[in-house]
Amino acid sequence: MNQFQYAKAYEPLSAIRLLSKDPNASFLAGGTNLVDLIKMGVVNPSKLVDINHLPLAKIEKLPAGLRIGALVTNSDVAENELVKSNFPLLSLAINAGASPQLRNMATVGGNLMQRTRCPYFFDITMPCNKRVPGSGCGALEGFNRMHAIFGASDQCIAVNPSDMNVALRALDAVVHITGPRGERKISIADFHRLPGDHPELDNTLQKGELITAVDLPYPAFAKNVYYLKVRDRTSYAFALVSAAVALHIENGAIKEARLAMGGVAHKPWRLTAAEEYLKGKSVSEDNFKHASQIAMQGARAYQYNQFKLRLAPNTLVQGLKLASGLVA
Amino acid sequence: MIMPDQKKCIPPDNEPLLAGTRRNFLKQSSVLTAIALAPAGVVKAAENQLDEKFAAVFEKMALSMEVNGVQHQLAVEPRSTLLDVLREQLDLTGTKKGCDRGQCGACTVHVNGKRINSCLSLAITNNNKKITTIEGLAKGDELHPMQQAFIEHDGFQCGYCTSGQIMSAVACIHEGHAGSEMEIREFMSGNICRCGAYPNIVNAIQDVAKGGNV
Repeated sequence: MNQFQYAKAYEPLSAIRLLSKDPNASFLAGGTNLVDLIKMGVVNPSKLVDINHLPLAKIEKLPAGLRIGALVTNSDVAENELVKSNFPLLSLAINAGASPQLRNMATVGGNLMQRTRCPYFFDITMPCNKRVPGSGCGALEGFNRMHAIFGASDQCIAVNPSDMNVALRALDAVVHITGPRGERKISIADFHRLPGDHPELDNTLQKGELITAVDLPYPAFAKNVYYLKVRDRTSYAFALVSAAVALHIENGAIKEARLAMGGVAHKPWRLTAAEEYLKGKSVSEDNFKHASQIAMQGARAYQYNQFKLRLAPNTLVQGLKLASGLVA
Repeated sequence: MIMPDQKKCIPPDNEPLLAGTRRNFLKQSSVLTAIALAPAGVVKAAENQLDEKFAAVFEKMALSMEVNGVQHQLAVEPRSTLLDVLREQLDLTGTKKGCDRGQCGACTVHVNGKRINSCLSLAITNNNKKITTIEGLAKGDELHPMQQAFIEHDGFQCGYCTSGQIMSAVACIHEGHAGSEMEIREFMSGNICRCGAYPNIVNAIQDVAKGGNV
């Protein structure tokens, strides 16, 4: 592993100050992604600012929802009673990702910042516009089985690997940030970006900014939820396709639907048109199938991920059936 | 086995440099290579431009941690992983390096009672924490019930993943995730066994979970 300098911060402002001294410094939280990337030579920070001692590891109940501190570990979120009773979709999604060991280390803020698992990004002998802007995209004409079917560009067809992010997108989470120019909030919809001409940017954080918390606004989605993740093995693998479904159902009719997909785009992919279609509709397989066709509009596959054009709508239909109780 | 000296982070003096075990030979020769390869200019530059708040590159930092009930005062580079410090400085080689990338679980240890992948944990971030490794499970000659159950159920073949499996298995029960075969399989999925001893590992965990003796 390359050498780097190390310092610990105890307050958000001192963390930001330490980071701002060096353009090549990084925050270190759980390290499950960053340490791996340093080992592989994908990133080479000159300094790490250890933020694990910042007072950001609480889950609080707010009048308008829940606030999850950026340093709460993924397992502590998934096991939290407030989360499980109000937003069980988030627990399901988190537990579908990684392994218990990794979830004990990984934090909410770190998971939001998780880099893509595109093999061309990880292999420093390959071209990758995300790793080295302007070097080309190895995946575009390469082995692109795991890659995007929505919102990609000719610069990058990588996907966001997180399960947590997909649930946060469906739940309209709000990301709290503090930085050299003060505090601000970003809706989860605007937090992650599409690659466009700047695939090196995963998100809209500015240099030196620190995630402090994630808010989950009410209404709670306590009952009709499901996170369906389809992958190459039963557990401990990244998604080929995943579907986060949260429904409010009254007397057999869907009052509100929140739908997002993972494994299909550079950001967690919200399915607003399909949500609109389902509003007021009855719980039925036909309606779910129609909604999934709407959701697939604009999808485009590459040489090795054609299967996602069928897998994605099927996953969504099955997720809707499981969330609504149409199947057990 | 060489007993860890509490104050030292290099092999004890009474150990002949090149006359030890193959493991020690490899360890020492790689240390010598690392020193030989560090360009003097780089070391000097790092010394001269010391940012007060940061430990300089190549500078070792003080690390205090309790491992298997024994307090250790160590000096580590910021880049050293917990796994490497356990194996290379404390000679606790029961914790295995498999993939070294958080994908196999062979390096699983408990930190403050929670299982983690020690290969992805920078040692320095474990200051003042309590670590338990496979060497810390048994009470003297009495095996931990999970170790005993792995033997009784043939929960391993080559054995390389076993210490990680056992550490994970103990945590799996403590977390309350050993309620059914399916739940055990899901919550043990971070530990890969390429020999395929999974059915016997599940049996061992179920046996211990039933006995409530963890």
